[in-house]
Amino acid sequence: MDLGYWLPLFFAGAMGLALLIYVILDGYDLGIGMLLPFADDREKDVMVAAIGPFWDANETWIVLGVGILLIAFPQAHGVVLTALYLPVTIMLMGLILRGVSFDFRVKAGDRHKAKWNALFALGSLVASVCQGWMLGAFVTGLTGDSTSTLFAALIAVALPALYIMLGAAWLLIKTEGELFRKAAHWGRLAVWPMGGFLVLISIATPLVSQTIADKWFTLPNAIGLMPIPIATGLAWAGLIWIFNSRQILHHGYGWLAFLSLVVICVLAGIGLAYSLFPDIVLGQLSIWESASSTESLLFTFWGAIITLPMILGYTVFIYRVFRGKASDLSYE
Amino acid sequence: MEFDPFLLARLQFAANISFHILFPTITIGLCWVLFYFRLRYTFSGDKAWEYAYFFWVKIFALSFALGVVSGITMSFQFGTNWPGFMERAGNIAGPLLGYEVLTAFFLEASFLGIMLFGKDRVSNRMHLMATALVAVGTSFSAFWILSLNSWMQTPAGYRLEDGIFHVESWWAVIFNPSFPYRFAHMFNASLLTAAFLIMGISAWRARRGVDGPATWKVMRTGAVMAALLAPLQVWIGDLHGLNTLEHQPAKIAAMEGVWETERHAPLTLFGFPDEEARTTHMAIKVPGLASLILTHEWDGEIRGLNEFEGEHPPVAPVFWAFRVMVGVGVLMVLVGLWSAWQLWVRGKESREGQGVLLRILSVMTFSGWVAVLAGWYVTEIGRQPWVVDGLLRTADVVADHSSATVAGTLFGYVLLYLFLLVSYIAALRYMATKPARSLSLMPQQRAMNAERAQGEA
Ligand code: HDD
Ligand code: HEM
Ligand code: HEM
Repeated sequence: MDLGYWLPLFFAGAMGLALLIYVILDGYDLGIGMLLPFADDREKDVMVAAIGPFWDANETWIVLGVGILLIAFPQAHGVVLTALYLPVTIMLMGLILRGVSFDFRVKAGDRHKAKWNALFALGSLVASVCQGWMLGAFVTGLTGDSTSTLFAALIAVALPALYIMLGAAWLLIKTEGELFRKAAHWGRLAVWPMGGFLVLISIATPLVSQTIADKWFTLPNAIGLMPIPIATGLAWAGLIWIFNSRQILHHGYGWLAFLSLVVICVLAGIGLAYSLFPDIVLGQLSIWESASSTESLLFTFWGAIITLPMILGYTVFIYRVFRGKASDLSYE
Repeated sequence: MEFDPFLLARLQFAANISFHILFPTITIGLCWVLFYFRLRYTFSGDKAWEYAYFFWVKIFALSFALGVVSGITMSFQFGTNWPGFMERAGNIAGPLLGYEVLTAFFLEASFLGIMLFGKDRVSNRMHLMATALVAVGTSFSAFWILSLNSWMQTPAGYRLEDGIFHVESWWAVIFNPSFPYRFAHMFNASLLTAAFLIMGISAWRARRGVDGPATWKVMRTGAVMAALLAPLQVWIGDLHGLNTLEHQPAKIAAMEGVWETERHAPLTLFGFPDEEARTTHMAIKVPGLASLILTHEWDGEIRGLNEFEGEHPPVAPVFWAFRVMVGVGVLMVLVGLWSAWQLWVRGKESREGQGVLLRILSVMTFSGWVAVLAGWYVTEIGRQPWVVDGLLRTADVVADHSSATVAGTLFGYVLLYLFLLVSYIAALRYMATKPARSLSLMPQQRAMNAERAQGEA
C-alpha cells in the first residue's frame, strides 16, 4: 500500500470531519450566544446552562481541525493562515470574549452581569461572521479579488444564520415553557433567510470558481450529484414543517429540527469536499504537495486511530450524562 | 518611526504566550490540589473539604476558561506569524502538537463539564474520576508542549534535508536532553503557583473574616506544599542550569553576565550588563561562586559571552529575568517554611495571632506568575537569535505582514489582555470577599449550608 498516497487522504478526511463537527457543535453554542440579547434575564441563565457543560469540548474541534492542517499539511497551514491573518485574528478575539464571558457573567458580581452578557453576544457574533468570511475566502482559493471578497461577504452573513438556526434547534431540545416557545419563534424567523442564503450560495459558488463549476456541471457527474441539492432542499422544507407544527414540537420531537440541520450541514460538507478535492488551497496546492513527511504522518496516524474513538466515546458519554432539559444546571 | 515587522511579530508572540501561560500555570497545579480536596472529602466526609472543593473549582473554571481561549490563539499563531517554522520544523512540531490535542485537550475540556455541573448527575466515584481525568489532561498538555519547546532548545533525533527537519527517532525527539528538567521544573512551578494562590486568597478571606472552617484548612495545605516544593524547585532549577550549561553555554553566560571565559568565575549578584562596552557596570560579585554553582567545583571553567560574539542572546533581559526568578524562588522558600511552621507545626489558626503572615501571604498571591514569566523570558530570550537552537534562525521563519497590520492586531491583543487580566483579578477579589453564594444554588449545597448555620447557632 502506498502510504504517501493514503495518509494525506486520511488526514484530509479527518480534518474535514473535525471542521464539520465543529460547525455543528460550536455552531449551536455561537447561535445561542447571538440569541442571548433577545431573552430576559432568567432565560439567559437557562440558555447559558444549556451549553455550559459542552462548549469547551465543542470549541476543541476547531483546535483539532486547525491542528490537523498544521500537523499534516504544514505547507498549506502557513499559506492559509497568513492569507486569512485579519479575519483569523478578529475571530480569535471574538472567541476569547465569548469564552470568558461564560464565567465572568456569574462571577464578576451582579453589577457587571449585563456587560458580560453583551460581550458574550458580541463575541459570538464576531466569531461567527469571521468564520463565514474565512470559509468564503478559502473556497475561492484565497485570491482576494473583488468577486471572491463579495462571495466571502455573502458567507459571512450566511453562516451566522445557520448558527442561529442550530442554536434555536438546540434550545428546543434543552428548554421548556416560555423559552421553548421563544426558541420555536426564533427558528421560524431564521429559517427563511437561511434558506435564501443556501440558494444564493449554490448559485454563486460555480460563478466565482470555474474549477468548481466544471466539477458540478459536466455529465455524468451532474446527474450523480443531484441527490445532494435535492436532499438539502427536502431537509430545509422539513425544518419549516417542524418549526410550524405544534404536534411535533409539543410532543417532544423538537430534536428533529436539530437532526434536519445536521443533515444540511453534512450535505454541505460533502458538497464542499467534492468541490475542493484534491486541492487544499484551491488551484494552488494539492493535499499531497503540502503534506508532511510520511514517517511523521504515520506517527500521528497511530495516535489518531487510538484516541479518536476514545474521544468520540467520551463525548457521547458526556452528552448522555447531561441529557434532558437544562433548567436545573447552574454555571456557578 | 517605522517598526520592524519582525520585532512586532516577536512582541505579538511574546504578548500572547505570556498571557496564555498565566492560566495553565494555575490550572495544572490547582487541578491536582482540587483532586486532593475531593479525595479528602470523600474519605473523611468532612464538609469543610467539600466546601473548599466547590469554592476553588469556581476559580479553577474561570482560570481554565482564560487558558483555553488564549490557547486557541496560540495554536493559530504558528501559522499566522511564523509560517516558516511549520514549513521547516512541521514534521516534528506538528505531531507533538497533535498529540497534545488528541490526548490532552479533549480529555480536559470534556470532563470539565462533569467536574463543574455533574455533581448531581453522576456517582461520587465518577465525579472523583472526572476531577482526576481533568488533572491528568492538564499535565499531558504540559508534557507535550514542553517536549516541543525543549526540542527547540536542545534539538535531537532529527535529520536535516534541504533545510527541512525529518525525524530519525521519536523517542529522542520527545525525550530530548533538556526535556526532563524543563518538565519537572515547570510542573513544580505550577504546583507552587497554585500553593501561593490558594494561600493568598485564603489569607484575604481570613483577614476580612469571611472565613469558614475551610479557609484555614486550605491555607494549611498551601503552606505544606510550599514548604516542600519551594526548596525542591531550587534544587531542580540548579540541575536545569547544569543541563543548560552543557547544551546552551551562551545562554548561561548571559544569565550570569560572564564576559570572559574564566576559571574560578565570580557570581554577579547585581549589576548592569552593557553589551556595547561588553562589561557589567557596578557589579557586586562573590568570587568563585558561579563556578561552584554551575560546575560544582570552585575551579570550574565558565565560557564567557565574548566567545559567542554576534551569536549570543541580548544580555540584560536574560540577566535580569534570571535574578527576578531566583529572587522570587528564595522568597518562596522562606515564606513557605515560615507559614508551614506557623500553621502546621504550631497550628496557630486565627486572624489575631497571624496578622503579619496573612498580610505577607496576600501580597504573595500572584508571586508564582512573576517567577514563571521571568523563567520563561530567561529560557526564550536566552535562545535568541535562534528559534531552533543553533539550526534555524528566528528571522528566517517570520511571516511578511506589513508592520501596520501586525502593530494593529498587537495593539488589539494587548488591550484585550489588559482588560481580561484586570477583570480576572477583580473577579478573584470579589469571590474572595464574600461567602460562596453559588453554593447555595445547588440543592445539596443549600441543605449543607442550612446544616452548618444550625450547627453554628
Ligand atoms: C514558580 C516558578 C519558578 C521558580 C520559583 C523558579 N523557577 Fe526557574 N523556571 C521556571 C519557574 C520557576 C519556569 C517558568 O518554569 C522555567 C521556564 C522554562 C522552564 O522549563 O521552566 C524556568 C527556567 C529555569 C532555567 C532554565 C533556563 C534555560 O536554560 O532555558 C533555570 C536554569 C532555572 N529556571 C533555575 C532556577 C533556579 C536556580 C531557581 C531557584 C531559586 C528557580 N529557577 C526558581
Ligand atoms: C509558556 C510560556 C512561554 C513564554 C512566557 C514564552 C515567551 C516567549 C518570548 C518572550 C519570546 C520572544 C523571545 C524574543 O524574541 O526575544 C518567545 C518566542 C518564541 N517561543 Fe516562547 N514562551 C513560552 C513557551 C513557549 C512554548 C511552549 C513554545 C513552543 C512550543 C514556544 C515557542 C516559541 C516560538 C516559536 C517563539 C518565536 C520565535 C522566537 O522569537 O524565538 N514558547 N517566547
Ligand atoms: C506555543 C505554545 C502553546 C500552544 C500552541 C498552546 C495551545 C493551546 C490550546 C489550543 C489550548 C486550548 C485547548 C482547549 O481547547 O481545551 C491550550 C490550553 C492549555 N495549555 Fe497551551 N499552548 C501553548 C503553550 C502552553 C504551555 C507552555 C503550557 C504549560 C506548560 C500549556 C498548557 C496548557 C494547558 C494546561 C491548557 C488547558 C487550559 C488551561 O488549563 O487553562 N500551554 N493551549
